[in-house]
Amino acid sequence: MLYSSLGYYALLLGFVSSLPIFFFSIKNFKDKQILDYKIITFSFIQLFLVFISFLGLIFSFIYSDFSNETVFNNSHTTKPLFYKIVGTWGNHEGSLLLWLLVLTLFIFIFLIKSRELLKKYRILTVLFQQIIIIGFFIFLIKSSNPFNYLFPVPKEGMGLNPILQDPALAIHPPILYLGYVGSSIIFSSVLAATTLNYISKTWAVHIKNWVLASWIFLTLGILLGSIWAYYELGWGGFWFWDPVENVSLMPWLALTTLLHCILVLEKRSSLSSWVIILSITTFTLSMCGTFLVRSGILNSVHTFANDPERGLYILTFLFILIFISLFIFFAFHKLEKDKSFSFSIISKETSLLINNWFMMYFLSVVLVGTIYPIFLDVLSSEQISVGPPFYHKLIAPFLIPFLIFMAIGPQLKWIKSEIIGKFYLVVIFIISMLISFLIIKKLNVNLLINTVLIGSALYLFLVNIRDFFSKKFKNTSQNLSHFGFSLLILSILFNNIFSSEIITNLKVGEKFDNNKFQIIFNDLKKFEEKNYISFKGYFSIKENDLEDKLQPELRIYNQPNIITSEADIKTTFFNDKFITMNTVKDEEYFNIRYQVKPFMLWIWVSVLLISAGGILSFFTRRIE
Amino acid sequence: MYGQKVKLRFFFIVLIFLSLILSTYLVLKSLEENVVYFKSPSDVKELGELENKKIRIGGMVKKNSIDISSNEINFIITDFKNEINVTYSGVVPNLFSEGKGVVAEGFLKDRSFFKASKILAKHDENYMPPEVKEAIGEK
Repeated sequence: MLYSSLGYYALLLGFVSSLPIFFFSIKNFKDKQILDYKIITFSFIQLFLVFISFLGLIFSFIYSDFSNETVFNNSHTTKPLFYKIVGTWGNHEGSLLLWLLVLTLFIFIFLIKSRELLKKYRILTVLFQQIIIIGFFIFLIKSSNPFNYLFPVPKEGMGLNPILQDPALAIHPPILYLGYVGSSIIFSSVLAATTLNYISKTWAVHIKNWVLASWIFLTLGILLGSIWAYYELGWGGFWFWDPVENVSLMPWLALTTLLHCILVLEKRSSLSSWVIILSITTFTLSMCGTFLVRSGILNSVHTFANDPERGLYILTFLFILIFISLFIFFAFHKLEKDKSFSFSIISKETSLLINNWFMMYFLSVVLVGTIYPIFLDVLSSEQISVGPPFYHKLIAPFLIPFLIFMAIGPQLKWIKSEIIGKFYLVVIFIISMLISFLIIKKLNVNLLINTVLIGSALYLFLVNIRDFFSKKFKNTSQNLSHFGFSLLILSILFNNIFSSEIITNLKVGEKFDNNKFQIIFNDLKKFEEKNYISFKGYFSIKENDLEDKLQPELRIYNQPNIITSEADIKTTFFNDKFITMNTVKDEEYFNIRYQVKPFMLWIWVSVLLISAGGILSFFTRRIE
Repeated sequence: MYGQKVKLRFFFIVLIFLSLILSTYLVLKSLEENVVYFKSPSDVKELGELENKKIRIGGMVKKNSIDISSNEINFIITDFKNEINVTYSGVVPNLFSEGKGVVAEGFLKDRSFFKASKILAKHDENYMPPEVKEAIGEK
């Protein structure tokens, strides 16, 4: 009760504190030479108030204050303390409050970290960011208030969806949001810089840190979500082209392209139009992500109960932002007419540009696959879904040139590069195609496409390994990320080719045998835990002379009353053994799914490597 | 007549234009091949001719209709007007049970017999797939 009202009033005051920020910013824009310190003070006050409000919600959760509607809907007294706390952002209202907190935090950090930059630019960025912040304040207070009061006060809450009661999912939303919201600073700053015609090398150096930071968080956020889906949803894969996954992949694609364009802007002062458009796109896609996930428009595993009115609000807000940004782009942006824009066909710029276009192509494929069903539903009320083959078919062939350009690009110089001395690139190319041919030849899969795909991934892999050891090479972070990417593609391809799966129904004591290996259902035991009952199955998998013991679990949660399957996974260097079980209609038969997934570990490791490159780059700049 | 730069720029524009057309064509074509339509049991009854295309069928799992053996699960999907028999061998989601909403993906054998290759998981007790809600309609 106390914490809840504290949180509510702090939220209202935080909203009101936007007024002095606006007032002082506009006043300060014309008159003085230095930035008025009051802007920073009020930004801090706003951050502090939102933080208090967020704390208020956390404490309402900790003390299970069911007079708060959000707590009532998403918590329960028997829930472990850890999940009471993380449950704060496991729901719509709480997660939006978290968005707001990060928004105010980032603009404050921005103000502190941008001292050496143009005053007008800083003020304009604050103003644009405040527009977004106000939009979120209104949205929170009007249509998704986390502090709604319930009377009479319920004795017990509804509980948190058990599949969300998981450590990976506890930190997945905050990390992902840091990435999403980081793109809001890029957005505001790009608009400010465009208005003032301030898009320059100095600006690029400064904004690059923001791009890098958001990119790292977004990458890690997607990774965590993917790992969670792998073991908790029990689907036994790393990516399902589920609309909600796509919605986080799209800003990632835009942001990755933006990161590369910022590099060009920093080194060569060109591609400024790319930078502006991509910054706007990234933020729009991040907002779209929130909109699509929260509005219930998407039919996906993530769609829990939700409300169309909220979606409409976000959509309107989004259109206003897009309108403003396009207006600014066309009204203020002047194309650079200097010499730096021209470069030869064989140069770093060219290969970067080509891959930018490929990235835009991948982005459009994902976009079409995700929103086409929505359009069709609205236009003809025909309901469809777009399956993984759509994405595989459209993306896989274009990965080949993409990987090759990714390998060659970094080997070239800016502006104009000589072909002489690049003979090793051809040699490595031939070697990788040969190796890939020898591997694929023995297997029973489509020869041509697989050979070329694996060959080009291997090419990128080998070229990067060579770079690690070549002394004149300096860009270790880029090297690391590209190496990680090649490893990712290789692991995905091998994972795809070598995965095997067995689905069967077994009773306790029964055995599945297919000559290659046996699955034996030894025993079933019951355990009582704090907020669920667990049935543990004891399985042995015998393959040749090897025996693995696996114990998948079925959990029956008491509040809400939901059954979940907990997969048991045995991870080794080369493969994952993955087993899940499920009941059907309380019968003696259990539905068993056993999978062997090669190189799963390497998929996660390679994504970590990709982000490690980003982290390295972020900190090397700091030291310089 | 024109300078090297103009020619190059013209070449670039043509290239971009061509690749735009190509990619639009590719996207549309594979969209056509890979979309899965959603039908209710009543829609299936009204189908003119049976195509050998993957579809989704949604509705409720009929009470007392689940029959399980060591390699198959049989059940009936109903929208309270018409029903369809489903055979499935594979993983069932946690929330698959009688009287609950379900979406099955697979191929029609005839108008009342469906071979499913996937049963879709929905992970919320209170949540019903929008298609199912619509298929059941007034009920």
